[in-house]
Amino acid sequence: MTKDELISKLKAIVKPYVQDEEALEKLSEDTDFISDLKINSANLVDVILDVEDEFDIRIENDDMEKMTNVKAAMAIVNEKLAEE
Amino acid sequence: MFQFEIDQSQTAYPKTSIVMNSHAILNLLPYQDPFLFVDGLTSITSEGVEGYYTFESDSYFYEGHFKDNPVTPGVILTECMAQIGLVCLGIFLLKESLSGSNSPQIALTSSQMDFFLPVLPGEKVRVVSEKEVFRFQKLKCLVKMYNEKNELVCRGKLSGMMSAGGK
Repeated sequence: MTKDELISKLKAIVKPYVQDEEALEKLSEDTDFISDLKINSANLVDVILDVEDEFDIRIENDDMEKMTNVKAAMAIVNEKLAEE
Repeated sequence: MFQFEIDQSQTAYPKTSIVMNSHAILNLLPYQDPFLFVDGLTSITSEGVEGYYTFESDSYFYEGHFKDNPVTPGVILTECMAQIGLVCLGIFLLKESLSGSNSPQIALTSSQMDFFLPVLPGEKVRVVSEKEVFRFQKLKCLVKMYNEKNELVCRGKLSGMMSAGGK
């Protein structure tokens, strides 16, 4: 999967939970889920669960704590996919 | 008075560990009159909970909802379902991390509810909650409320964040 494909998949996943639509349009590797997209903590859990389903991976507590921005989410997804 | 089904196959804890009973859970609820909407629990496992509450005829909200026509507000029914279905279950699920009189830290994060029948002053309701997911401190449940005729009053999904807190 290319970087752009991964970003576009993540964008589709976070879309329902985003408060700031403009920030979503500009989503890049540097976008933060909480400060930029204004996703609340409960919806961040939904994002993680949707990422698990989309990529068929299992995310643990330690990873979840790091997954607060697009870059970290991409790194964790790639790492989990490589483990398989 | 309270009957408890503790499903050992669903609990990872050894049988010797202290299993919370209804009384202990009710004591840890962070509510009090006039905003406590749990009278008791009839069963609780790591997969779900069942409890009940009677809406007293002299409850304050009947004075205004509605004028000369008291009906329990939907938000109060939702609150009752959240207190039994989410918070009591959440306390049970967090039992290993809650010590002494520590109340959990909780926040309702979403509710989607359909209402089918009115609940009038003095009615007793039964709330049945099934856990859908409890991960990363988010508890999401499918919750149903029944009246004394066993008719479905309302049904929906409730989610909340909960942690042992303790400060």
